[in-house]
Amino acid sequence: MNQISQKPMDSEALLTIRDVERIFGGGRKLFGGQLPAVHAVQGLSLDVKKGETLGVVGESGCGKSTLARLVVGLDLPTSGSITFNGEDLAALARKDRNALARKVQYVFQDPVASLNPRKTIRTILEAPLKHLTDLKADRREARLAELLQAVNLAPEFLERYPHEFSGGQAQRIGIARALAAGPELIVLDEPVSALDVSVQAQVLNLLDKLKDDFGLTYIFISHDLSVVESVSDRVAVMYFGRMAELGPAKEIFRHPLHPYTDLLMRSAPAPGRHDLMSEDASTELPDPYNPPKGCAFAARCAHRTETCIAGKPSPDESKAGNNHIAACYHPLGKA
Amino acid sequence: MMTDTTMSAPSKTKSKSSRPGTLALLLNNTLATSGLVVLVLICLIALAAPILPLADPDVTAPADRLLPVFAEGHLLGTDHLGRDILSRLIWGTRVSLAVGLSATIIAAFFGSLLGLVAGYAGGRTDTLIMRGIDMVMAFPYILLALAIVAVLGPGLLNALYAIALVNIPFFARNIRGITLGLSRREFVDAARLSGKSPVQILFLEILPNVLPVIVITMSTTVGWMILETAGLSFLGLGAQPPQADLGSMLGEGRKILFTAPHVSIIPGLMIFALVMSINLFGDGVRDILDPRLRAGSLTRPVSRTAVHRKADDIPAPSQKGGVLDVRQMRTEFEIGSSVYKAVGGVDLNLKEGECLGIVGESGSGKSVTAMSIMGLVPTPPGRIAGGAAYLDGEDLFAASDRRIRDLRGGSVAYVFQDPLSTLHPLFTVGDQLTEAITTHQPMSGSKAREKAIELLSLVRIPNAKERLSAYPHELSGGMRQRVCIAMALANDAKVLIADEPTTALDVTVQSQILTLMNGLRRERNAAILFITHDFGVVSALCDRVAVMYAGRIVETGTTEEVLANPRHPYTAKLIECVPVLGEPERRLDAIEGRPPVVNNLPEGCAFAARCPHAQAACRAGEIGLEMSSDTRGVRCLFPLNSGASA
Repeated sequence: MNQISQKPMDSEALLTIRDVERIFGGGRKLFGGQLPAVHAVQGLSLDVKKGETLGVVGESGCGKSTLARLVVGLDLPTSGSITFNGEDLAALARKDRNALARKVQYVFQDPVASLNPRKTIRTILEAPLKHLTDLKADRREARLAELLQAVNLAPEFLERYPHEFSGGQAQRIGIARALAAGPELIVLDEPVSALDVSVQAQVLNLLDKLKDDFGLTYIFISHDLSVVESVSDRVAVMYFGRMAELGPAKEIFRHPLHPYTDLLMRSAPAPGRHDLMSEDASTELPDPYNPPKGCAFAARCAHRTETCIAGKPSPDESKAGNNHIAACYHPLGKA
Repeated sequence: MMTDTTMSAPSKTKSKSSRPGTLALLLNNTLATSGLVVLVLICLIALAAPILPLADPDVTAPADRLLPVFAEGHLLGTDHLGRDILSRLIWGTRVSLAVGLSATIIAAFFGSLLGLVAGYAGGRTDTLIMRGIDMVMAFPYILLALAIVAVLGPGLLNALYAIALVNIPFFARNIRGITLGLSRREFVDAARLSGKSPVQILFLEILPNVLPVIVITMSTTVGWMILETAGLSFLGLGAQPPQADLGSMLGEGRKILFTAPHVSIIPGLMIFALVMSINLFGDGVRDILDPRLRAGSLTRPVSRTAVHRKADDIPAPSQKGGVLDVRQMRTEFEIGSSVYKAVGGVDLNLKEGECLGIVGESGSGKSVTAMSIMGLVPTPPGRIAGGAAYLDGEDLFAASDRRIRDLRGGSVAYVFQDPLSTLHPLFTVGDQLTEAITTHQPMSGSKAREKAIELLSLVRIPNAKERLSAYPHELSGGMRQRVCIAMALANDAKVLIADEPTTALDVTVQSQILTLMNGLRRERNAAILFITHDFGVVSALCDRVAVMYAGRIVETGTTEEVLANPRHPYTAKLIECVPVLGEPERRLDAIEGRPPVVNNLPEGCAFAARCPHAQAACRAGEIGLEMSSDTRGVRCLFPLNSGASA
């Protein structure tokens, strides 16, 4: 923890993702021929600055969880590079997985499933301390107490088993485990979507506090726009494995450039809101085995033209001040 | 604001043993218990063989050969060499048990190891190991055992190896399947990120979760192993004379089956008793340890929730009328010695074309409320403990089973959260839709098909005609939920009960489904009971809303009133928790603490322990739902904004 707080806060890129692509399947069949391949993530470039919270939004199948697994090294990119503090992450993951785990950690969507049902909380939380740090037994004990304190759990919880906890408590344990080895970057993959709203607020507030206390950087993945808006500094909107829009949270939610972002925002229900935007039923995600040649969103888009169907827009096809970019030929809010 | 929300450990210790323990469950199973008793008896006698006053099993006495049962000095008679059968039986059982058990342990060890490695490593290792296993399996087991014994030479130990080897595939395949599932689980990824090595993950994380399965598999195979040992010995390939073993005794007695039947029948009966008791006990152990069976699927499903209510305690229909009128409904679950009051007296009223939202957190009883209305709560452990539900004036809890079957899917239809598990994966959408139609309205196949196409177009599925032949997995989540809604509408339902129908869907699809449901209820004039945890969804669809907490309605009113001016502190807090798009600066206000467990509800208001406005009066006595107008009510002694605009 200490080594982190000593570094000055600046806006240099902590994590750099360049043209990352991840293809699933696509191997060769036993008797020749190609197996079908799916591009889970395609042509993704993105920087995460030190100390910021980058929100990643998108619907199921947009590749946001694949992105998360790539960043923590649970999966390796098919092509492209991810660098962390200038070091190539894929090489690091292959060479010394623990060195990577000391720097980047992960919080899972389903808090209960991410805890081994047959281990006590003590064993679960001690694992990263044992394997990732060189703390002696007595220092480990002190660190466990610190961790529980940090996530607001009572010390007597250490001897209990995961099934004795509610979702919110289990997620705090998951967060404590991620914090244990003092990482710099934490990837939060839908950390609150399995929780009740009242508990969701508790966990969001806790994450906020921990970020300030330990000088952390977050990648916050969620399908819930309102949650992402409330925690993020910058937001990346993903659609069909590609970046649709990237920019400061305030600008994205006030003046979205990409029609997909706009659709997401107008679909989100909110208390006191009656008129939900609703598309025609025929609008579906494109077939991942047979992706369209042009913009993947074109079939659902009201502004599409020949250009959109003919070729894919580059991620920074349209720009609006302050690093706000969108992969769209006909961005909203511009004539 | 959120400090010590969970710093103080809740009173968890109190009701530790409310669920019956493993041993109690086993003793509850008569067959397993009798198996256990017989098995223990046999084992004790076999173990005690050296200290029992038995004749030497291997001493021959040609003068006393083939003595009958109950002969002087030989309780079970003697065999063709004059050896005491009782003594040989007990010593033989000892050998058979020892061989069966050790063969099981050897097979379990190597089989599980192969299974674990194959399942975790995957890829080429998996293929290599499993094809090897397949090859072993492809031989008839007795042939393989014979071949092994032929190579190694006859003898008990070699028979043991042969049987163990033959049974390795059984364990390996079983364990591989389980490991494969477990190694894709999140806790394995988490262990990897905690810095554990693959070997540590396999043996420290996965093995403990596989262990119960290994034990279950062992308990069901021991009996089989003993039979196989007996079989090899019977063929003269196992125990060699003069050593006694149940199989060889049987084999020796076979030649004189007609002159002295007891020589072969007695060991035969022993094998029967031993294997039977092991299998009965093994089945019992499996039922208890297997989590899928433990969850209650062993109890025979009943088609309808049991109703236990006093005859003089049935509330009359309310004066409001309406299609569905639920009065003081109470649903309880009896688990072990404790009673969970999941629904504690709920009143609901639905008019034609009206949409009532039930909002609450998980465990608030909102789903049980919905399921209770048509008796869909599983019995046991659930039961309806009081109250009434009137559908157009007809008391549903008093109706016959036949009548309820007619109403389900007819006048009252359900739409559930997960459309993939609601639809049958092996039938096409068209088959399932036409079945839903013809169950309630007898009509020809082609007419039902036409109606199905009409329904699919009603829920705005493009190319309805082609989609009829699609299987559920070929449709997207939103399309599947549309099919479920079409099925619910198939028989002109008066009441549609939707239990979180959009929770599993993406936002853009959710808004499509909500718009669709809103249009349908206006077109068809159907009443909707909409269960959700999301106030945003409620605003989009519902006319009125009822907020549930700990099995009771704490506040009700029109959606606008409740959202704009919540009067129960719980409602107010719940609304404040929700982040709102466009207001990122708003601090989220978390509710401290946790909802009470419904088997141990506090006296007075269930929310008092978490309520910032709680006073002494809140913790005593029954607090009623005070109706301030026809639609508006709150279950609170000190409601918010009482003077202001309410």
